Amino acid sequence: MSLSATTAPPSPAAPPSPDLPSRQRRGRLLNRLDVKYSPYLYIAPFFLIFGAFGLYPMVRTAWMSLHDWDMIGEHSFIGFDNYTRLFSDEYFWNALVNTFGIFALSTIPQLLLALFLANLLNRTLLRAKTFFRMAIFMPNVVSVAAVAIVFGMLFQREFGLFNWLLGLVGVDPVDWDGQRWSSWFAISSMVNWRWTGYNTLILLAGMQAIPKDLYEAAEIDGAGPWRQFWQITLPMLKPTFTFVVILSTIGGMQLFTEPLLFANGNILGGSQREFQTLAMYMYEMGISNLNTAGYGAAVAWAIFMIIVVVSLFNFLLVRRSAK
Amino acid sequence: MGHSHTLAWRDEHPPTTHISLTTGKRGQRMSVTTRRTRLAAAALAAITAVSGLAACGNDDDKPAAGEKPAKLVVDTFGEMGYDELVKQYEKDTGIKVELRKTAQLAEYRPKLVRYLATGKGAADVTALEEGILNEFKPNARNWADLNPLVADHSKEFLPWKWELGKAPDGRLIGLPTDVGSLAVCYRKDLFQAAGLPTERDQVSALWSDWKGFHDAGLKYKQGSGGKAFIDSITAVSNGVMFQGGGDLFYDKEDNIIADTSPAVKNAWDTATSMADISAKAQTWSPEWSGGFKQGTFAATFCPSWMLGIVTENSGAANKGKWDVASVPGGGGNWGGSWLAVPAQAKYPKEAAKLAEYLTNAKSQVEAFKAKGPLPTNLEALKNEAFTSYTNEYFSNAPTGKIFGESVAKIQPTHLGPKHQAIKENALEPALRAFESGQADKAKAWEQFTKDAKTQGAF
Repeated sequence: MSLSATTAPPSPAAPPSPDLPSRQRRGRLLNRLDVKYSPYLYIAPFFLIFGAFGLYPMVRTAWMSLHDWDMIGEHSFIGFDNYTRLFSDEYFWNALVNTFGIFALSTIPQLLLALFLANLLNRTLLRAKTFFRMAIFMPNVVSVAAVAIVFGMLFQREFGLFNWLLGLVGVDPVDWDGQRWSSWFAISSMVNWRWTGYNTLILLAGMQAIPKDLYEAAEIDGAGPWRQFWQITLPMLKPTFTFVVILSTIGGMQLFTEPLLFANGNILGGSQREFQTLAMYMYEMGISNLNTAGYGAAVAWAIFMIIVVVSLFNFLLVRRSAK
Repeated sequence: MGHSHTLAWRDEHPPTTHISLTTGKRGQRMSVTTRRTRLAAAALAAITAVSGLAACGNDDDKPAAGEKPAKLVVDTFGEMGYDELVKQYEKDTGIKVELRKTAQLAEYRPKLVRYLATGKGAADVTALEEGILNEFKPNARNWADLNPLVADHSKEFLPWKWELGKAPDGRLIGLPTDVGSLAVCYRKDLFQAAGLPTERDQVSALWSDWKGFHDAGLKYKQGSGGKAFIDSITAVSNGVMFQGGGDLFYDKEDNIIADTSPAVKNAWDTATSMADISAKAQTWSPEWSGGFKQGTFAATFCPSWMLGIVTENSGAANKGKWDVASVPGGGGNWGGSWLAVPAQAKYPKEAAKLAEYLTNAKSQVEAFKAKGPLPTNLEALKNEAFTSYTNEYFSNAPTGKIFGESVAKIQPTHLGPKHQAIKENALEPALRAFESGQADKAKAWEQFTKDAKTQGAF
């Protein structure tokens, strides 16, 4: 109904003849206004909400990042000083390294596993497909805080399940949040657990959109399943894969809840900032510390720029390798 | 209003146009557009209604100088025990008082920051916790100066507590409410098993100073087959820090002196010396909360508000196994609050009067009886109801007396603007890094002094 309405031509603007009853004339005017302006009204909610919660905060953050800004006190314009400060800020680089480390540990195995699982689920021979698809997606339904809390318990030093299991095979308990590699491993395992299923489903949807006759033709030509995967599935999956990679990049660069809860809510992320991510550093500077809100805003913009650059890089990489 | 608007629109159209879906092309289009018109009208009406509401919201903020307020709002966190007091105040003055409680300090602080940053929304009387108060002090203009608004109470409160309520520019921001007086909570059963005395007086006598405390810890470790004595060394630094008085991380001019301050060095040395008897369980971590039940440590430093947390973490099964002894080296403090009046309050004088009422000796005793915050008013500290108070869970320890004596020994201390940030984000992480063996003592100290400079900059 709404479709036909939007394609309807504008009502012919007949000059209002004086003998027409005023009610009818008014109705016609309303119709004209309706056809002209209602579409804007219908799309307005998105733009209003985006403007209020997307665009405005971005512009405001950019403005703040050019100031020495105290959340509850004075602010003074300092140009790009906050950005130059970023380059010599040891803890910013530390957070950057942590973010990329956790990102690599979570995204790469996750996407490989998702690809493998999607291929498995795509097999025609598999029974109870819907069940497996549902099951694999379930972790994504669980709230991130719940995941982080449960994993935090599993990775506890004293009473944690993993240390208990390690103890069974004679390995000394690991102080999971006390070292870089172990904390990164613990955090990326949360991310992997939660997002592998999601990516699997998207890749699976991409795989199912590949025409079956390609496979049939390949089979007739004598290509085995492995060859079919490399020569048909992967190249045809390119757009989907790009999408998944970019989404994972954005998610990975903004990693916040998992490491924060893993640190029991301490924004430093470990006593020597072993797993403080960029988003945590932004929060520390912009929100925890009241007098460095401007610098926190600069960190936020830095994260934005990094996401753009990394996404572009990934995009090019995926495009080239799939060619 | 919005609703009647929609109805009026609907009435403009004869009902036939609504349902003439089958009367040919023109009729059909008509009906569609009519419905769309109605939808659009409804949407418009909804928007007007919402903006109307928003406008109504703004109308509330009409300043009315000089007259008596109809209502005052009080913002508190945790349990400050003001429910009955506020009712009494309403009866006495005829001013309605609304008590807005926030359970967690972590939720309370962002709200306050928002009120101050936007200049509206703050309550007339606002409770400020120690860390928050210090953090807000450099921007003292956000708060009303209570000096001209209330009578001089400087002699009525613990002197060090009263001093902390003042901003660097001399204005009085807060009237003292409670303190987090320090004691040691210990497990009698574990002490007994390890061959230590269990009577609280004998236990207190074990550690008249910190060396004695460490010796007791070593003895416990020996007697218990290598078990840890205390939860963490950061708890120790918390205990030591306030005892000497004087400057901590900042000097009187608010320059950072974390690397040279004798009080800080003393706290550092005492804390690091305890690493061999520590369970390395970070306060508030799952290892820590779980440790109470598991008996991973036999003693911990208890500010008065911590008793409830120990009770909760240890569970009903351990009732009567805990007791309270005095803290090594005399008194100590960890936490505590003040009542302040934001500069944006419309009735600063009446708000100050209410804060004055809530912090007077009688009210502090009532609040203590209701929810247990420790008085700071000298008269309240001497009150029979307070001094005779015992805690059932902790083997009927005379907590009122123990905590009362502990706060009385504290010397006035100057806390700089970012005291809390330096303590939590520089000192304690460095201590933990040392405690867990990630850094040696020299390297941890280096980490602390460097972070203190960045954290403390303002």
